[in-house]
Amino acid sequence: MTGMRLFAELVVLLGTSTKTNDKLEALTNYFSGAVDKDKVWVIALFSGRRPKRTVNSTQLTLWSLEVTGLPAWLYEESYHTVGDLAETIALLLPDQQDPVWSGLTDVERAEEDGSLSYYLKRLTEIGKEEEPIKKDFIIQCWAHMNKDERFVFNKLITGGFRIGVSQKMIVNALGRTTATSPSVIAHRISGSWDPAVISFSNLLSEEDAASNVSRPYPFYLAYALEDEPSALGNPDDWQAEWKWDGIRGEVIKRQGQLFVWSRGEELMTERLPEYQAFSNDLPDGTVLDGEIIGIQPAAGTSSSNQPVSPGNFTVLPFAALQTRIGRKNVTKKQLTEAPVGFIAYDLLEYEGVDWREKPLRERRAQLEQIVGNIHHPLMHISPIVKFNTWDELTGARQTSRDRGSEGIMLKKKDSPYQVGRKRGDWWKWKIDPLVIDAVMVYAQKGHGRRSNLYTDYTFAVRDESNDNKLVTFTKAYSGLTDKELAEVDTFVKRNSLEKFGPVRTVRPELVFEIAFEGIAASSRHKSGVALRFPRINRWRKDKKSDEINTLEDLKKILQRHGKGGGSNTEGSA
Amino acid sequence: MPLIEFTDRGLYCPQGGFFIDPWRPVDKAVITHAHSDHARAGSNSYLCHRLTLPLLRLRLGDHHYQAVEWGESVTINGVHVSLHPSGHIIGSSQVRVEYNGEIWVVSGDYKTEDDGISGIFEPVRCHTFITESTFGLPIYNWKPQQEIFSAMQSWVTKNKEAGKTSVLIAYSLGKAQRILPPLSAVSDRIFLHGAVWNVHQVLLNAGINLPAVEKVDLDAPKETFRNSVVIAPSGTEESPWIRRFQPFEVGVCSGWMQVRGNIRRRNADAGYALSDHADWKGLLSAIKATGAERVYVTHGFQAALSRYLNEQGIQAAEVRTEYGEDEEGTSAAADEPQNITP
Repeated sequence: MTGMRLFAELVVLLGTSTKTNDKLEALTNYFSGAVDKDKVWVIALFSGRRPKRTVNSTQLTLWSLEVTGLPAWLYEESYHTVGDLAETIALLLPDQQDPVWSGLTDVERAEEDGSLSYYLKRLTEIGKEEEPIKKDFIIQCWAHMNKDERFVFNKLITGGFRIGVSQKMIVNALGRTTATSPSVIAHRISGSWDPAVISFSNLLSEEDAASNVSRPYPFYLAYALEDEPSALGNPDDWQAEWKWDGIRGEVIKRQGQLFVWSRGEELMTERLPEYQAFSNDLPDGTVLDGEIIGIQPAAGTSSSNQPVSPGNFTVLPFAALQTRIGRKNVTKKQLTEAPVGFIAYDLLEYEGVDWREKPLRERRAQLEQIVGNIHHPLMHISPIVKFNTWDELTGARQTSRDRGSEGIMLKKKDSPYQVGRKRGDWWKWKIDPLVIDAVMVYAQKGHGRRSNLYTDYTFAVRDESNDNKLVTFTKAYSGLTDKELAEVDTFVKRNSLEKFGPVRTVRPELVFEIAFEGIAASSRHKSGVALRFPRINRWRKDKKSDEINTLEDLKKILQRHGKGGGSNTEGSA
Repeated sequence: MPLIEFTDRGLYCPQGGFFIDPWRPVDKAVITHAHSDHARAGSNSYLCHRLTLPLLRLRLGDHHYQAVEWGESVTINGVHVSLHPSGHIIGSSQVRVEYNGEIWVVSGDYKTEDDGISGIFEPVRCHTFITESTFGLPIYNWKPQQEIFSAMQSWVTKNKEAGKTSVLIAYSLGKAQRILPPLSAVSDRIFLHGAVWNVHQVLLNAGINLPAVEKVDLDAPKETFRNSVVIAPSGTEESPWIRRFQPFEVGVCSGWMQVRGNIRRRNADAGYALSDHADWKGLLSAIKATGAERVYVTHGFQAALSRYLNEQGIQAAEVRTEYGEDEEGTSAAADEPQNITP
């Protein structure tokens, strides 16, 4: 079997496996059967690294229309039913034995042609070529592939393999095949490496790992606390911090260079030029874990020359950070309007030594010293929330939103820094979301496992000052069970009023409680607000559409919670 | 006056005074096949194919039934009515209606591939053809059934080797019988869910030859089912009923499994795009073979199919019906805005 077919079969298996063990087994089998070059690519693809795009989706679409002879509108209809461009094209193209391909399927193929890495290499190479050459290559590939291969091939081109394989699963499968501990593997495959260049053995070898100065550690992630905190036992054993709504990141200083990584395994150093200011005061061989977040330096501390009192800062809403991330080149204006800072909460490496096995209390003590030496208005230690009893902490948690935090993080004082999401030592205890009752007014078909089902909805509130007209204010995609989704889907199909491309306007009858984590003023939305993490909290079957909340209600929430984040003025422990 | 009108009770032939697959009770009903969205209870009399009759009796109870053979012509108020195989399920028929030299054909549900048990779809020349469109998009192009059966067989064998039961979700009338022969080639014991079992008995009594099966005995010890094959209708995969087969894997047989997202949504371990409806190419070839000047497109992707037909020079329009509300039709049923009238 060719490498491409082997990979396509792996993707099919992973896509339909409902049990983690089956997926792990499929991956383990793959890693023990595939050629080394392909394995490196699979690790890269499944850990979010994608090859450079050399062909865009418009080109793919046009070429597939040319092969199939279908009208563009029918392609559009098909796409909205399938919900995935790569899959739509794979399904529309004729099978290998169809006469459309005659002459193409006989194309002589070299020995290595069948491997995954061959296709990826060729895809990179055609980047420099003229469009007709790109087109020839793509169409020839389609011609000798089956449906599953065409699907993964198109995915390689369009990027993004989201098929329910976590990094943890890749790491475990590699651990099984190479008899290495998963945490070692996790560290080795993180950071920056080029799958086109590196060999499988180099990627997983110790020497190579050590030589990479920018390599981050895998993050330790917390589960949500579902029980009462009193179930955690003695409050003295626990450290409480605010939970921040930014982007999880690592700041690394090694060999005189500073690197910033996000949790998405993205190197963000260039996007955060203000972080270079920390470099001088950060000792070599240091790795900090913390939150990348918009910070408004407190009054009087806007100049970096003035002393900074610990814990004295105001966080900006996530929307501010959003204007910065995604941009590679930052202007001066953006740097002043949306400054991004770092709230440090853990120390993973100190003096070039891995500190993850040391207890939190020891790491924290050293961290306080390091951060204390930096004296910069954008670098803060994560304030500790003092409490003697769980009741006291429950009270403190209620103030979370006022300081721009989403709740409390609980960490066991003697806990090591683990790899991935683990139960037991770290918990996130988020505050209840803000809620508003709204009516569904538009629906659109979803993607992936929600394809061909109306699952993406737009919601509206009443504008009492304007004849109770409905004003849309948010979209929400999640929160309903599969059964409820099917029910809403049927409603949409029977109660749609108009069709605008893929969007249906529906009779405004179904009322839902929309939950969200934050709110900010926005000129992009008719309602004047933008919500953070909107989702459906529950279906209010007990409410009629004239009982929904009003635009005025929404504005009141904006006034109470929408003015930036909050200030954190008490000192750290 | 058109030969067939679209009314709120269903397709109506005013000249003959009968309805075809009405969704409300009427005086005279001509029935294409026994799926419940096409055959509803409460009408005074039913005309159907000989093999559909026992199934109607099972599902609708006692009524006044008249059974005919394929090709046999019946005259109702001067209108000649005959049934012709549609290849969808056992007994399924197209309805040919002729009056004063004008011919209309109502397809009911159909597929163009010969499944070995439902009869072979017969193209019937007509002036006006009323076609279904359940899978009326070009993304639906079925693999030959032999290929799908082989995949299903290797899945069952793999499960057996792992000590697991293979539970196949298939419509109790049609799909369940269609997958029996390939499954009995790889499994000594095949168990049927009660709903599938009931249909099976009716078909055996009607003289249809089917492989040997057993009914799932609710009191049987768990070991009875080990390594075997179980066929059950949709919905059971989410009910406590299925737990008795532990350890098991679930495979869903439905045309909707063509799209990956549907397999994931159903939480199936395997999905087989095996359908009793025509795929895109099947619909187009069937429509062309009728030589019809005018085509009405019902339940499914009617907007897309009728627009495509018009672009191909075949006059077509969409019609809203209440078919496709269960069995395989559910997913795309009535997927069009309401303000569309023929």
